[in-house]
Amino acid sequence: MYILPAVKIALRGLRVNKMRSGLTMLGIIIGVAAVITMLAVGEGASSSLAKSIASVGSNMILVIPGSTTSGGARMGTGNTSTLVPADAEALAKECPSVENAAPLVRGSAQVVNGDRNWSTSVLGVTETYEAVREWPVIKGRSFIRQDVDSGAKLCVLGQSVVDQLFGDEDPIDKSIRIKKVPFTVIGVLDKKGQSPNGQDQDDTILVPLTTAQGRLFGTTSLNAIMVKGKSLDQMDKTIAEITALLRQRHKLQEGEDDDFSVRNLAEMLSMAAAQTKIMAMLLGCIASISLLVGGIGIMNIMIVSVTERTREIGIRMAVGAKGRDILMQFLIEAVVLSITGGVIGIALGVALAKIVGSFTQFETLVTPLSVVLSFGFAAAVGIFFGYYPARKAAAMDPITALRYE
Amino acid sequence: MLIEVKELVKIYSLGDVELRALDSVSLSIGKGEFVAVMGASGSGKSTFMNVLGCLDRPTSGSYILDGVPVEGMSKDDLADVRKDKLGFVFQGFNLLSRTTALENVELPMLYNGLTAIERRDRAAGALAGVGLKGREGHFPNQLSGGQQQRVAIARSLVNNPSILLADEPTGNLDTHTSREIMELFCRLNTERGITIVLVTHEQDIAAYAKRQVAFRDGRIIKDEVSAGVTPPQSPS
Repeated sequence: MYILPAVKIALRGLRVNKMRSGLTMLGIIIGVAAVITMLAVGEGASSSLAKSIASVGSNMILVIPGSTTSGGARMGTGNTSTLVPADAEALAKECPSVENAAPLVRGSAQVVNGDRNWSTSVLGVTETYEAVREWPVIKGRSFIRQDVDSGAKLCVLGQSVVDQLFGDEDPIDKSIRIKKVPFTVIGVLDKKGQSPNGQDQDDTILVPLTTAQGRLFGTTSLNAIMVKGKSLDQMDKTIAEITALLRQRHKLQEGEDDDFSVRNLAEMLSMAAAQTKIMAMLLGCIASISLLVGGIGIMNIMIVSVTERTREIGIRMAVGAKGRDILMQFLIEAVVLSITGGVIGIALGVALAKIVGSFTQFETLVTPLSVVLSFGFAAAVGIFFGYYPARKAAAMDPITALRYE
Repeated sequence: MLIEVKELVKIYSLGDVELRALDSVSLSIGKGEFVAVMGASGSGKSTFMNVLGCLDRPTSGSYILDGVPVEGMSKDDLADVRKDKLGFVFQGFNLLSRTTALENVELPMLYNGLTAIERRDRAAGALAGVGLKGREGHFPNQLSGGQQQRVAIARSLVNNPSILLADEPTGNLDTHTSREIMELFCRLNTERGITIVLVTHEQDIAAYAKRQVAFRDGRIIKDEVSAGVTPPQSPS
């Protein structure tokens, strides 16, 4: 049919007038590139979510003091004193769908080794922490029941703290000062890397809970209890059991609000990822405006082109082209223009997504679907915005067209 | 009769002024004729050609082309008639400037559903037939006026039309080239039997035709048969 000659003519026209074609396609190129990058950010959020859940543990529940309705306590910074270590023990013993519960206190402290010092976060934990958090030591050992009962001045260091205070030295059995209190290092944690919200998880020190409460922070209540559910499908049941038990232990009446919050960590991560996706989508919508503008640019240039080629349209009609032949021809030219811009935009978008992924905290992932989608959008823009000029061309009267100067 | 026109009327309304471009024109043209249509500007000859060429529709009257009544046809059907039965040659050549001679000649075949190879072969043959073999790849701005007109003539013949309609084909050419083009028309008429209707206002161009029809004020005032001009034998 005449699609191939029309495409040839269109491509030739693009080549002859590179400047004009380039400017016309600019809107499409930018729009497609932006859409691809934004979709990649959203997709990256989804895929890194899966990895985060795997690293944190998908059947993890966080219990923090204070209810969500009173000022919205954020993860781990609950500051009302309603949770106690006995609560954690009760949860582990009495809730059937709870595998284990690890109480913790958290605070920050200055840590000193000789002439090196470092400010880091200190977690007071019990012997249950390693199992619940699925975070083993790669050197030395972690705490046992005795260490907690005796309030021993022992500590386990995260990799980043080791790097800061000991460099390449082996820290085991060495002595450091936490908040001026001397501690002996008994273990080093495995490397965990960055948390989903960008914090260095290896920048931490573990000490026995009782030691943290008594010697470091002077508190009897907990900052949080990490609970590991037995099974992923029973998370709702687990949360219900935890809530019921704690309400009973805290002697809350019917109708009284909980004085604690129970958070499904996996859910929280999903929410965070969903936020990133929504943001990406929003930005993608804004980018689509660029596509719209690009389409208007194409329509504009096609209208000019149609007027410029009035004579040519008259000739084609004289030799037998019907209205719809002319329509198809100019529509194809508009689509060639928009698709060429789309292809360039896709290449640009893929490159941009790589750059964003390397230089910002957002992970990006370009999927084949997003490429196909953007290509489709570009083609659709060409068809939609090319239609009016093409119809204008098809509706010309051959006699007047032939006489056009 | 190849062309039968009966009481053709074309009225243009410009505001409240009525312009009778064609005032009840009747004419018959047979297969193989070579007719020159003459007249001053405004005489109606161009309007007549537009109607003959199915580019315009008469206000009233009948036009039967090759046995088929044309006056009531839709725009699309008229386009088909133009494609299959008519060939056009214009004063300004009307070639597409950014396409080669070969592609220009191929143009009418784009709408015929022929394959690329068929189109190329036919176009090359048509160009050879007008003496332009070897110039297939040239662009119009690389060809002289006479050569461009020959490309246009080749284009007009490529779908094997019944009738060739030429509107002042030599208007933009010098005397020598005009003669060459007119001799080409004569050859096409006598050797290939192509019916030609040609519009001109120059007497010596009209003399090449075998029949002269004169228009004035939208009417035919003269219709004479003449001897025409016998062209020299075509160079092979």
